[in-house]
Amino acid sequence: MNLAEAQSALDAGLLEARSAVETATLIDDLEEASRQFLGKRSPASAANEAIKGLSAEERPAAGQAVGAYRAAVTELIDARRGVLQGVAEAAGAEGERLDLTLGGHGRMRGHLHLITQIQRELEDIFVGLGYRVAEGPEVEDDWHNFEALNIPPAHPARSMQDTIYVQLGNEEQVLLRTHTSPVQIRTMETHEPPIYVVAPGRTYRNETLDARHSPVFHQIECLAVDRNLTMADLFGTIEAFVRQLFNNDSVRTRFRSDFFPYTEPSAELAVSCVFCHGNGCRVCSHTGWIELGGCGMVDPNVFVAVGYDPEEWQGFAFGFGLERLAMIRYGIDEIRTFVENDVRFLARY
Amino acid sequence: MRAPLSWIREFTPVDAPVDEIVGALNQLGLEVEGVEEPGREIAGVVVADVLQVLPHPNADKLSLVDINDGTRETRVVCGAPNVVAGMHVPFAPAGATLPGGFTLERRKIRGETSDGMLCSAKELGLGEDHSGILGLDASTVPGTDVREVLGLDDVVFDIAVTPNRPDAMCIVGVARELAAHFGVPLSVPGAEPARDAAYASDISVTIESPDRCPRYLGWSARVAMGPSPAWMQQRLVKAGMRPISNVVDVTNYVLLERNQPLHAFDLGRLPGRGVIVRLAKAKESITTLDGVARSLTNEDLLICDAKSKPQAIAGIMGGSDSEVDETTTEILLEAAYFERMGIARSSKRLKLRSEASARFERGIDPDAVASHAARAMALLVEVAGAGVDSTPIDEHVAPFTRPHISLRTSKVNRLLGTELTDTDVLAALSPLGIDVEGSGDAIVATPPSFRPDLEREVDLVEEVARRVGFASIGRTVPKPQDQIGGLTGAQQERRVAADALVGAGFFEAVTLPLVGPSDLERFGAPTDRVIAVANPLRAEDSALRTQILPGLLRAVATNQARGLADVSLFEIGRVFLAAKKGLLPDEKLHLAGVVAGSIHRSPIEGDRPADVYDAVDAVRVLLDALEIADHALVPGSPPGMHPTRAAMVRVGGTEVGSVGQMSARVCESLGVTGSTVAFELDLGALLDAPRRDRAFVTPSPYPPATIDLAFVVAVVVPAASIESTLRAASGEMLEDVHCFDEFTSDALGDGRRSLAFRLRYRAADRTLKDAEVAALRQVGIDAVIKTHGAELRA
Repeated sequence: MNLAEAQSALDAGLLEARSAVETATLIDDLEEASRQFLGKRSPASAANEAIKGLSAEERPAAGQAVGAYRAAVTELIDARRGVLQGVAEAAGAEGERLDLTLGGHGRMRGHLHLITQIQRELEDIFVGLGYRVAEGPEVEDDWHNFEALNIPPAHPARSMQDTIYVQLGNEEQVLLRTHTSPVQIRTMETHEPPIYVVAPGRTYRNETLDARHSPVFHQIECLAVDRNLTMADLFGTIEAFVRQLFNNDSVRTRFRSDFFPYTEPSAELAVSCVFCHGNGCRVCSHTGWIELGGCGMVDPNVFVAVGYDPEEWQGFAFGFGLERLAMIRYGIDEIRTFVENDVRFLARY
Repeated sequence: MRAPLSWIREFTPVDAPVDEIVGALNQLGLEVEGVEEPGREIAGVVVADVLQVLPHPNADKLSLVDINDGTRETRVVCGAPNVVAGMHVPFAPAGATLPGGFTLERRKIRGETSDGMLCSAKELGLGEDHSGILGLDASTVPGTDVREVLGLDDVVFDIAVTPNRPDAMCIVGVARELAAHFGVPLSVPGAEPARDAAYASDISVTIESPDRCPRYLGWSARVAMGPSPAWMQQRLVKAGMRPISNVVDVTNYVLLERNQPLHAFDLGRLPGRGVIVRLAKAKESITTLDGVARSLTNEDLLICDAKSKPQAIAGIMGGSDSEVDETTTEILLEAAYFERMGIARSSKRLKLRSEASARFERGIDPDAVASHAARAMALLVEVAGAGVDSTPIDEHVAPFTRPHISLRTSKVNRLLGTELTDTDVLAALSPLGIDVEGSGDAIVATPPSFRPDLEREVDLVEEVARRVGFASIGRTVPKPQDQIGGLTGAQQERRVAADALVGAGFFEAVTLPLVGPSDLERFGAPTDRVIAVANPLRAEDSALRTQILPGLLRAVATNQARGLADVSLFEIGRVFLAAKKGLLPDEKLHLAGVVAGSIHRSPIEGDRPADVYDAVDAVRVLLDALEIADHALVPGSPPGMHPTRAAMVRVGGTEVGSVGQMSARVCESLGVTGSTVAFELDLGALLDAPRRDRAFVTPSPYPPATIDLAFVVAVVVPAASIESTLRAASGEMLEDVHCFDEFTSDALGDGRRSLAFRLRYRAADRTLKDAEVAALRQVGIDAVIKTHGAELRA
């Protein structure tokens, strides 16, 4: 066999191999084709034998022809094997089918209560402003809840508080705190100024639970005491806080003169309605403003009550209700929602 | 309070647009809660003169009324019985509109053309009277807009006055604030009623409790009872008061206008023709104007007649015996100043609040008692034909002194963060009636007698702030210098605990800490330490919780009642126990959880009822999240739980809570159905407990040797104690041990069970030899047999 004859035998073998591979339906057929076209009696093998009889000049060309042939057949077989394996796997997998939309084993996470989420968010904002988080008892004495806050007995301001008293001590001496402000007093009683704290927590009013009243709710209160804190510091801090809270630099704040026994001057804080941008909507009762809470400069009588010199120290405080904030943000219209613990509500946030 | 603009304008020429006035009041701290314009919906209704009334030819109950509306004569059909010739009436011609947006048309009624209608009070939005056409004063001019005649062309501000501002609870007070704000004058004319020379006073005033009643002015007058004139009635109605009679209306009018509560006694029914102001005796009683008999204490102040019989609760409400009525001919007018706290205490104790008590307890103007009484007498002359006694009896112990307050401009600026000048400060304060002298840091301010809230420098700083407006104060953000913001360790760990339970599938609940005592009893709360609410609104809210679980189970019941049977809840909150010493209770921070109903796994695996191991898992997750070093579950019978399916949680040898299946009886009593498991832990104690050592230990790279051991032991022997025994016996080579199989059978015998443990040994520095493993195995077997009376299963 000369070079031309060998080449032609290889070409014929390749054609035959292509036909055999393409019609193969089983992996075994491919094994057979491999033996037939690449094995000991294959055209490649015959061509290798023939090369031995060729001249030194012709051998490299013949060797290359054999190599090309082997590569082509191998590729044909591999390609077909891939196809047949896929078919086989698909056939077997049908019996292993799983429906992933059935869900999982049911191991799901729960949820934090919405009030906890908001409380953490507020704590974190104040921590970012350099504040610490202060706490105090929920059952308080008259001194911390009223008297030290410049609310003496029979003071008209007490008519604003519907207090739950408990049977401890003298009559109307021990109560469930009506606001988080007693934490201010406790913090100042136990710490030297400067003070920068926030006090979140549960507070109580003597109300029966219904759509608009709840005996338990949550407040957060901010207290800062330093040598030269001013009302401008109060307003600036609130504005920084509000921008962060609503994640919105265009939220405006509004301060109006108000009265709280423990601050002087006092102001009511409102923010421009984040839903209608101040144009008026249901959430803001068509006023464009949402009243958020109260604020003011710490009353000198409060400083005297805790033993601070009001000539040396000045401070500010502000606070508001967490339920109210949540109701505004999410359009929740009944305050009792927060203590009913309906799992559909709990799962929503 | 409700303040009509027309009344305000009687004292100051404020002509700003309504929205500017509202803005000013709000800025000044007189919050406007509502603005009403009573005549806003009325258009085209005019005064008409009735010329003649003829019967309607086709209807018995209708008549034809010819009228002159000032420009023309026309005819309307009318059904009201009270229309007569000569009467002045409100006429709504075709094209006019009435409240409710109703526009009139010319139409035929039973064949006769009606050119509009005559209006009743109700049709004009003036109350409920629909019995006849509203008769207007004969002096009204036909053609005049009825809004003008009826005072409906007005704006009424509904103002919420803060408790520190008694002066602003009256029309003059509001006018004063507006005059200052808009820079217009305020003019409050004095009044000096004409005296009746033919009428001489013989009344007496005796103050027996001058500390409670520093000033009492009694003034007598002869009166002709009757209705008050329309203008007075209109103002009272707009201000929210019901007209009663000319005398009573005058007292209310002066109250609203000048903030001076007044009371008119029928002098004919006041035995002894005089008053004694004294404290009540114990068990004394009086029937007040509202018809309620009130029992009094010796802290209540009374106005008695000269025979010492109670006739009024001072400053709060008059008595029914000496109330003026249509038969009254002679009155004793009381204008007094009562001590504030006394009124506040009586009002609170009697649960009786009135317009008068609200003002007295906040503090009225002690210096103006006489001039306000004079204003009332002048009005009585005008509207009740009063013959006024020449001399009022004005008893007061000592003149009232106005405080002189030192004020520093530097303090104003230091507190507000402003750069105001002396001139700015003076300009802010003077228009409020505050006398200001001096300059710089030596200003002396003397507030007027109607501002009891102004006592200290800071009170004046607030006045300055109100007047200059908060908008003119800057905005700066202070940064704490010596502190870094952050949570305490305990605060962070509470978050960790909550997050761990959330990760384990629990929903955080917030329940009421007020519970019924019976709920607590079911949970075996220590009854001697339960704190009772002194003023509970409901029995269910009459005690403070000593445990969270009762409330949490009620939350489960709420969900189940809504068809939500399967819930996993937890709560972190305080519980309250009466302190063994000290006033305030021990407040402990607890964490409780409950799993109720089924655990959903279907259809991959079947649902299964919650079981006690779900609660155990939660406790373990929590203990792990908090890295508690030394904890154990020990068998126990916590109250409220299943007697043999519960355990105490012990940390470092101290019990910190319990876990188990809730008793069926407790669940039923709380309305909870289905399998319910729960836990409650003293979170505070957990946070105080020692934590796992966090020092790094290199994981051994050598292969482990794993063996299984099965023992037969009494069922009351906890698996955990066998694990402990194995751990203690095997030493540090035992890397892990856990129970992987439990079973009971007849062959094992009653009260016995088989427990199988898998033990994994590993050395830190070498591969363990077979002989070493065999020795460790034997040590473990021996220890378990000896300690627990166990047998090794072959």
